[in-house]
Amino acid sequence: MKNSHLWRKTKSALASAASFVCALLVIAPLALVFLHLLRSGASAVNWSFFTELPKPVGVAGGGMVNAIAGSFELLGLAALVGVPVGVFGGVYLAEYGTVRGNWLLRFVADVLNGVPSIIWGVVVYGLVVLRFKSFSAYAGGLALGFIMIPLIMRTTEEVLLLVPAGYREASLALGISRWKTIVHIVMKTAIKGIVTAILLALARVAGETAPLLFTAFGNRFWNHDLSEPIAALPLQIFSYAISPYDDWHRQAWAGALVLVVMIFFVNILVRFLTRERVARVL
Amino acid sequence: MESAAIIDPPMITPVSSPQQQVASGSEPTAAAPERPPAFEVERLSIFYGEKKAIENVTLTIPSKMITAIIGPSGCGKSTLLRSLNRMHELVPQTRIEGKVVFAGEDIYAPHIDPVVVRRRIGMVFQKSNPFPTMSIAENVLVGLKLNGVRDRAFLRERLEQSLRMAALWDEVKNDLHKPGISLSGGQQQRLCIARAIAVEPEVLLMDEPASALDPIATAKIEELIHELSSNYTVVIVTHNMQQAGRCSDYTAFLYLGRLIEFASTTKIFTNPSERQTEDYITGRFG
Amino acid sequence: MPIAVAPERPAVRSTIDRMAPPSGLGDKVFKWFTLAMALAVVALVFLVGWQLARGSSLAIHRFGFHFLATSTWDPVAEQFGALPFIYGTAVSSLIALIIAVPLSIATAVYLTELAPLWIRQPIVSLIEMLAAIPSVILGLWGIFVMIPWLRDHPFPFLKKIFGWTPFFSGPIYGVSMLAGGIIIAVMILPIITSVSREILRSVPNLQREAAYALGATRWEVTRIAVLSYAKKGLFGAVILGLGRALGETMAVTMVIGNTPQIRASLFAPGYTLASVIANEFTEATTDVYLQALFEIGLVLFGITILANLLAQLLLKTMGSTIKSGAVQ
Repeated sequence: MKNSHLWRKTKSALASAASFVCALLVIAPLALVFLHLLRSGASAVNWSFFTELPKPVGVAGGGMVNAIAGSFELLGLAALVGVPVGVFGGVYLAEYGTVRGNWLLRFVADVLNGVPSIIWGVVVYGLVVLRFKSFSAYAGGLALGFIMIPLIMRTTEEVLLLVPAGYREASLALGISRWKTIVHIVMKTAIKGIVTAILLALARVAGETAPLLFTAFGNRFWNHDLSEPIAALPLQIFSYAISPYDDWHRQAWAGALVLVVMIFFVNILVRFLTRERVARVL
Repeated sequence: MESAAIIDPPMITPVSSPQQQVASGSEPTAAAPERPPAFEVERLSIFYGEKKAIENVTLTIPSKMITAIIGPSGCGKSTLLRSLNRMHELVPQTRIEGKVVFAGEDIYAPHIDPVVVRRRIGMVFQKSNPFPTMSIAENVLVGLKLNGVRDRAFLRERLEQSLRMAALWDEVKNDLHKPGISLSGGQQQRLCIARAIAVEPEVLLMDEPASALDPIATAKIEELIHELSSNYTVVIVTHNMQQAGRCSDYTAFLYLGRLIEFASTTKIFTNPSERQTEDYITGRFG
Repeated sequence: MPIAVAPERPAVRSTIDRMAPPSGLGDKVFKWFTLAMALAVVALVFLVGWQLARGSSLAIHRFGFHFLATSTWDPVAEQFGALPFIYGTAVSSLIALIIAVPLSIATAVYLTELAPLWIRQPIVSLIEMLAAIPSVILGLWGIFVMIPWLRDHPFPFLKKIFGWTPFFSGPIYGVSMLAGGIIIAVMILPIITSVSREILRSVPNLQREAAYALGATRWEVTRIAVLSYAKKGLFGAVILGLGRALGETMAVTMVIGNTPQIRASLFAPGYTLASVIANEFTEATTDVYLQALFEIGLVLFGITILANLLAQLLLKTMGSTIKSGAVQ
C-alpha cells in the first residue's frame, strides 16, 4: 500500500517537473530571439539608422527613417478605419443587441480574427490597388485597419460590460437619454480600457508584413503622397533579410530590434495602465 | 390588539408636516387638504416575461408626503417603485397593464416619452453611484448639463441649492472639484440625492437609500428625507420596518405582488386592518 | 408631448423649460449607427469572399477542380496547380502541431494546476511577450540563427538515425519543410497555451475538490478531474492553433525554401499556400498568373475559415466565458 502511494506521489512530482520543462521550452524561443536581436541589432542601431534614407543597392550605410515614419503613417490610417468601426461596433454589442444576434456577431468577429493577414492584403489589392492602378499608403492603411476592426470590437465590448449597471441606471433616472448615457457616462468610465484596446491592436498590426506586401509595397524614398507606395518597418526588414548583402542584414537586425522594442513598450505600457483594475486570479 | 405592546409607540409617531393632522385609527383622506395626489395607480400589473411581479395594485400616493413601501423580500416593492418612473422597463421583456397617473396623465400612454417622465420623477438607489469620472460639482450638475442647460449662473445657483438641500454643502463647498467617489459612503448617497434634485423633479423615489450605510449616516439620511418632503413627494422602499415607522407619513404593505394595505403609518403600525399586515408587523413572518 | 404641469410649482417650469426637449432622434440615430458598425464584421466576411472569388474567376473557369489536384506550377507555360502548396501547408502545419500541442498543453496544465503561485504570472507575461513578436522578426532569426544551427546539428543527427526512412533522406540544405514546421510551432505556442489555460481555468473547482477529497495526488486530480472534463475545449484550442498555422506567412516564407515540389523528405524545401502568394504576387505578369494566386488565396481562406469555425464551435460550446479569437 505504501509503495503504491509513494509511486503515485513520485509520478505527480515527475509530472510537475516535466510540465515545468515544457514551460521553459515554450519561453525559450523568446529568450533566444531577444538575445540575438540585442547582439546583432544593437551595434547597428545608431544615429544614421534613425535619420538617413536607405542607400542605393550595394552602397554601405544608410538608415530606415522613411520606414519608421511610414509605419507611423500607416498606423494612423489604419486607426482611422479600425477605431470608429471597432469601438462603436463594440458599443452596439455591449449596450444594445439581442442575446442571439450578439452571439452571432461575436462568432463572426472571432472567425474574422483568424483570417490570415495576407488574405487582407489580397482583398485590398483587388479592392483598391487594382482600381486605382497603384500601390498606396491608403491601401496599406486600409488592410491594417480591417485587421484591427474585429480585435477592437471584441475588447471594447468586454470593457464596456465591466461598467456597473448602476451608473447606467442612475443616468437614465436623471432623464438623460440613452445615447448620451452611453457616450458621456458609460464610455467615459471605460475610456482607459478602450484606449488600451486600441493600443494593443495598433501594436499588433505594427508588426504585420504580409498585408503590406502588395498594398503599401514599400518605398526606398520618402513618401510625399498617401496615394503612392510607402515604406514600412516590417517591409524593410523583410526585403533586407532576404537580400544578399551583409550590410543590409545588419540593418535588418537593427530594424527588428527597434520594432520589437516599440511593440514591447506599448505592451508594457498597457500592462501598467490596466494594473490597478481587476486583479488577475490565476 | 394583543401585540400592541411589542411596538414602542414613541418610535412610530411619524413626523408629519404641520398641515397634516390625521387622527390615529381613522382612514386618511386621499391627500392632504386641497392638494391633488402625486400618483394615482390604477389596477397596475407588471409582468417579467410570464411571471407576474405586481398584481392589480390600486393606490393613491399623496403629494408632498413621505410614503413608505414595505414588505418581505421578493414582494415586488422595488418593482412597484420603479414602475413609478418607468425604470423597470430597463429589464427586457416587461409588460404592463393598468395605469399610473401623474399630474393628470397616464405615464404609460404611448405618446409619453420616458425621458421626460424621469426628469420629473427622480430616483435614488440603494448603492450610491456617483459617476467615477466626475467631480462633485460635475456629478450634481450632470443631469442639467447633459440635458442642454448652459446658463452658468443658473448652474452655479442650482449646484449650491441642491447641495444645501441634500445637507452636503457645508461639508464639500471647498472641495467641489474633487472626485465624487472620494467622499464617504453616507456623503456619496447625499451627493446622489443632490444630483437627483438638481434637475428639480417633483417626486423623489428612493430604493432602500440607507441600507448600505452605517447607523450614523442612516440617521442623517432619514433626517434629510424629512426635510425633503416639504418640497418633494417622497416614496421610499425599505425592508427596515422601524425605518418606515420613523420616516414616513403613509405606508403601503405589499406581499407577493399584491397591495395588502395602505394607510397612515400610525394606523399601519398600531391598528392595521388586515391580518397579514399585522402578522408582518409583529414579525410572524419576514 | 409634455405632461401637464402641476400649477403650484412655477420653479419646475423654469428648470424643465431650460432643458432641451428630448426628440428620441438621437437615440435612434445612435442605435442604427452602432449597429451599422457592428455589422461591418459580417460585411467584411462577404467582402473577402467576393474579392477572392472575383479575382480568381478566370482561373476557376479554366482549371476547375483540377486546380486542387495538379502539382505543376509553371507560370511560363501558364500551368497552375495548387497541390504542392496544399501539401506544403498541410505538412508544415502538421509538424507544427506535433511539436507545439504537447508543449503548449503541458505548459497550460503547469500554469493552472501544478505551478507554485508566485511563478505563474511571470511565465504568463513572458508567453504574452513571445506572442507579440512579429512573424517577420521570427523569420529573420530563423534565417540567420535557426537554419544554420539546424543544418549543422539536429538535421545531420536525424539523418544519421532516421536516414533510412523516406522522411529524413536526401540532401540537407537547411531551408526545409521541417524548418518551416518548427518555426510555425514557435509562432503557435502562445495561442494554444493561452487558450488552453482559459479552458482549464473554466473547469469548475468542484471537480478538483471532489478528486482531492478522494485522496488523489496533484497529477491524478489534473488527469482525472480536469483534463477529461476539458477535452472538448482543449481540442478546440488545438484547432485554433491549426487555423493560425495554416495562415502563417512571413516566418515560413523565410525558412521553408519556396520550391513548389512534393517530396517525402522533410529536409527538402517546400512551399505553402500563404508563402506562394507572398512571394509571387507582385511578380505575377499575366492575368492568369494573378488569378491563379487569387485562387490560392480563396483556397487558403476556405480552409482557415473552416478550421476557425470548427474551433469556435468547440470552444463556445464548452463555456461561454472562453475568450478565444480576441487573443492577440
